[in-house]
Amino acid sequence: MSAPAPAAVRPSVVQAVARGRRRRSSRRLLVAVALAVLAVAAFAVTLMAGQTFYPPGDVLGVILGERVPGASFTVGRLRLPRGVLAVVAGFSFGLAGVTFQTMLRNPLASPDIIGISSGASAAAAIAIVSLSLGGTQVSVLAIVSALLVALLVYVLAFRDGVVGTRLILIGIGISAILDSVTSYALSRAGDWDLQEAMRWLTGSLNGTTWDQVLPALVALAVLTPVLLSRAHDLSAMQLGDDTGAALGVRVERTRITVIVAAVGLIAFATSAAGPIAFVAFLSGPIAARLVGAGGSLLVPAGLVGALLVLVADFAGQFAFDARFPVGVVTGVLGAPYLIYLIVRTHRAGGSL
Amino acid sequence: MTTSHSLAAEGLTLGYGDRVVVESLDLVVPPGEITVIVGANACGKSTLLRSLSRLLAPREGRVVLDGKEVHRMPAKQLARTLGLLPQSPVAPEGITVLDLVGRGRHPHQGMFSRWKAEDDVAVAAALEATRTTELADRAVDELSGGQRQRVWIAMALAQQTDLLLLDEPTTFLDASHQIDVLDLLTDLNRGRGTTIVMILHDLNLAARYADHLIAIAGGRLHACGTPAEVLTEDSVRAVFGLDSRVIEDPVSGRPLMLPIGRHHVRPQLTPNPLQPVE
Repeated sequence: MSAPAPAAVRPSVVQAVARGRRRRSSRRLLVAVALAVLAVAAFAVTLMAGQTFYPPGDVLGVILGERVPGASFTVGRLRLPRGVLAVVAGFSFGLAGVTFQTMLRNPLASPDIIGISSGASAAAAIAIVSLSLGGTQVSVLAIVSALLVALLVYVLAFRDGVVGTRLILIGIGISAILDSVTSYALSRAGDWDLQEAMRWLTGSLNGTTWDQVLPALVALAVLTPVLLSRAHDLSAMQLGDDTGAALGVRVERTRITVIVAAVGLIAFATSAAGPIAFVAFLSGPIAARLVGAGGSLLVPAGLVGALLVLVADFAGQFAFDARFPVGVVTGVLGAPYLIYLIVRTHRAGGSL
Repeated sequence: MTTSHSLAAEGLTLGYGDRVVVESLDLVVPPGEITVIVGANACGKSTLLRSLSRLLAPREGRVVLDGKEVHRMPAKQLARTLGLLPQSPVAPEGITVLDLVGRGRHPHQGMFSRWKAEDDVAVAAALEATRTTELADRAVDELSGGQRQRVWIAMALAQQTDLLLLDEPTTFLDASHQIDVLDLLTDLNRGRGTTIVMILHDLNLAARYADHLIAIAGGRLHACGTPAEVLTEDSVRAVFGLDSRVIEDPVSGRPLMLPIGRHHVRPQLTPNPLQPVE
């Protein structure tokens, strides 16, 4: 049963291997801690700064439940839910995005490219505009629709297993169909609905309330451990499905677990904040550049996503003359990167 | 050293969709030896190898490792005994040799478990055995084809399995690197007693390096035995539809196959000059 005893190995080589591994894992840790610190700092800034500045003491007081004149409303009711949703949605998008990109070994395979976010958006737009639903019902519909779209893309792409490229192309097609459904629904919207439904086109954190934040927060708390528990398996599957299976991964089972968890994250976050453009798509590759290849990117990508949404939302509110929803800002960042990535992938046939 | 793992296929029928690729095949892998599988393109060799390593569930029959059906064994437990290097594994962009080889430790690690000292020893041993220690910090995509193949073999070695299956480990390599890889696998087999099963395209290299040669034709076992028993002019005709002369290899004393095509053949050897080859 036991493996053969390794032939005599020079201790110097073992030490070199251990040193190399420690160096890399300490770099990963350093990057993760730095990202976390930056995200916390950005979160703190979005709570303090705005039309009116509140010092840290006031903000902390509000968070601890004290009544601070002015700050209790502005920070407690407006900025805090908005900031928390920025973190939760950003982390969800980043984590789910990099999961898909890793699993399908292609940076184009993120849920916002292959139609899953579009599915959630289209369902939400129809629910608001045509069916006049609100609140929880919209979220439920968005989630169910995202799962159905994921299933549809998976089934259409399935032939003796799923090949990344086929799934991506089918997903892009489905995504285009669903986007036109959203546009059609919005073209029939009344003025009041339009404001709300616009969220489902670009993603926005305007007017965030705790009712919207809570389901996304719970989903993140439940699904993150599920995904992290599969991080090792995903790393093995990155070497190809056959190699992964040879390394002892139950490939199909892992894939389904991971897809359901990642789609769940996307759907809950989208139903709260809309499909914030390109965050799922951008976070993984940015994290990969920072951390370096080799390690798991799940947590770094989540942190990058949170940071992206926090910064983009803050910039959208205060950096320009007009106020832009967060999705407009991330869209401006993401589109050129998408083009760059397609050009580069086309040249090198590379992966994440 | 535990080299007594028995791997066998019993009445194995394999297929994809409606297509049956391998039909009721019986096969025994001799423990502690190098077994080479040969056969024409699309004869079911790779399918067979995938099934032997649990990647493909059989339609009928079973694959048995030490008396247990591999398709019912826990995946990680199997992966600690039997390793597979597929034909075209994927290296994530920018991954270093050290990280890639380290992933071979996956079946020895738990869901969240930390890296242990024995993992470092196993990785170091794999690097040493494949002479890739100097490459440890290089990115895999910068390496030459021969170096990359050695790194992949190191990854499979880090898995520390007593049985190692390889699907065409010498494809895309030039002559010297082919010999290099096959010598390396032979060292492993002789040094550690690792049982090796591999598919090779080149019949003469197969005959040179195999202790046990298996010829597959049309999804069925055509012949198995020592290279001298299996590599004959008749079996080359039956398996590959090719006329040939088989002589003794002056270097190894093993059989050496010389194909007889329609051109560049001395007149007295041409089988039927006027008849087109089917």
